[in-house]
Amino acid sequence: MKTTGTLPEDRETETVSTVLTGDPLRGTADEESKKGTEGRTLNVFSHGMLVLWAVMVVMPLLWAVMTSFKDDKSIFTSPWSPPSTLNFDNWSRAWSQAHMSEYFFNTLLVVGGSLIGTMLLGSMVAYVLARFDFPGNRFFYFLFIGGMSFPIILALVPLFYVMSNTGLLNTRHGLILAYIAYSLPFTTFFLTSFFRSLPTSVAEAALIDGASHTRTFFQVMLPMAKPGLISVGIFNFLGQWNQYMLPTVLNTDPDQRVLTQGLVELAASQGYKGDWSGLFAGLVMAMLPVLAAYIIFQRQVVAGLTAGALK
Amino acid sequence: MEHGKYRFIVGFLIVPLTIYAVFVIWPFAQSIYYSFTDWTGLSPDFKMVGFDNYIKLFSDEVFWKSLQHSLLFLLLLPLVTISLALFFAFMINVGGRRRKNSAVSGVRGSSFYKIVYFFPQVLSIAIVALLFRFAYNPRSGSLNAALDAVGLSALKTAWLGDPETALWAVMAVMVWSTVGFFVVLFSAAMTSIPRDYYEAALLDGADRITTFFRITLPLLWDTVQSGWIYMGILALGAEAFAVVQIMTTGPGGPAYSTTVLPLYVYLKAFRDGQAAYATTIGVALLVVTLAFAAVVLKLGRRERLEY
Repeated sequence: MKTTGTLPEDRETETVSTVLTGDPLRGTADEESKKGTEGRTLNVFSHGMLVLWAVMVVMPLLWAVMTSFKDDKSIFTSPWSPPSTLNFDNWSRAWSQAHMSEYFFNTLLVVGGSLIGTMLLGSMVAYVLARFDFPGNRFFYFLFIGGMSFPIILALVPLFYVMSNTGLLNTRHGLILAYIAYSLPFTTFFLTSFFRSLPTSVAEAALIDGASHTRTFFQVMLPMAKPGLISVGIFNFLGQWNQYMLPTVLNTDPDQRVLTQGLVELAASQGYKGDWSGLFAGLVMAMLPVLAAYIIFQRQVVAGLTAGALK
Repeated sequence: MEHGKYRFIVGFLIVPLTIYAVFVIWPFAQSIYYSFTDWTGLSPDFKMVGFDNYIKLFSDEVFWKSLQHSLLFLLLLPLVTISLALFFAFMINVGGRRRKNSAVSGVRGSSFYKIVYFFPQVLSIAIVALLFRFAYNPRSGSLNAALDAVGLSALKTAWLGDPETALWAVMAVMVWSTVGFFVVLFSAAMTSIPRDYYEAALLDGADRITTFFRITLPLLWDTVQSGWIYMGILALGAEAFAVVQIMTTGPGGPAYSTTVLPLYVYLKAFRDGQAAYATTIGVALLVVTLAFAAVVLKLGRRERLEY
């Protein structure tokens, strides 16, 4: 929005400067001086915006880290000042007393189980749909990818009662199954196009050598599909790790809470107790692992998420 | 080999298909059916009531408020987010001039920006919402404190507590958390545009703004279009639910000033014991989602550029 506001003015200065100068590819001395006065508005504005946004992204995160080391009193009196002493006990309090360790453990279990399940089942479906011609192939394909286009909350209302009737409500395995089910549409969609792009000759050679279809899948096709599996795996991992709506609806037992849910509950309860520093410690604790993983595996994460979202 | 083919296909499909049918397809079909009943969700008994729930929607003020907010999310969020992201991505990839002897390149530090801007994307929306709930806190939040520090105390307000500002404060958080993703996405699309196009434009004397509107945007149109749909679905679905539910207290903010359709579905089903009516609101949400996708695809087709 802010960008369009300044366009007319910038357009004028830019046009003048480029029209008046010679070869725009190799900046001449003349152009340099022209740009110096007229192009500067645009440059300063654009760079200013870039820097401003970077600050706006980093500041809240730094503020949270800083706050997690402060005592409760200074959180209220001077929100922006750095902590006078580093209160590491905030962290230990959050980890043990505020149940962060349990939330981490629950999340690890649920995400671990559902990620394995999603990848295995998703690649099986995708492989069959991509490489075999059988009646109903298109139907199943659209059935699976159709799930991407409708609002999950609509299905969650009856799903809650389905799970409640089958005893799956408030259990980790119930949550795992729900995560898998809601990750299948995208996983299938992405991997089907991926399996289609793989050459057929290798699989055929394996079959001629006497390998079964199952064996061909696990020993030949899956290893070949590794780049696609990694992309969609990262996408699913982050999606499932960060999931909030599914556990909020399907997992209301305090003992089974996952990280996101636990933090939100914690915010409500710690607010009464006034343990703000412990709460911030918990928040930062939940933030840091993914941020650290992102910084280390930056390329893969970006490739996974962007390839994942819009293929 | 042909002999084992069908057994193999069935063997591979049966488990995923069952899970998918039980947890997604069946509840989804059920919810449309339930919207024609008076099911409370609390007892197993219910009867068909025809279009009663749909008629009830028309006189439900909170439904109209939720719909209005969801539509606002749907129109404004993608517009602001995608505009900002296009601007940043253009600067990062094409905005620099006269560097490294190449005609077109990004500004200085572009890879740094790409890394930093993406930070919010890897965080859970629940964590982001919590973080900003504290930042917006009128008493001890960092935002009001920052306004004090730069001498703008007059602008201080109770952000999430004031019905006038609550919705905007929530929307700002969604923009904050998604811009980086689109910057990276558009950057990837921009790097696949042939450099000669830019060089030719430069030789013709085109400035950066003309270059953006005449070359970058038309060639990026497909990505912008799918990004628009993606953002729209976030604005209507789980993301909007989480942000509003976590950040604004009570049932969708002061005087329902921030409530959105997915939150209203949730409240009706799990707070008010009106499961059937909740699914009716969900059907309305489905209609909005599908209509939105259809409109974007239709508008997109007209302006699509073949190359």
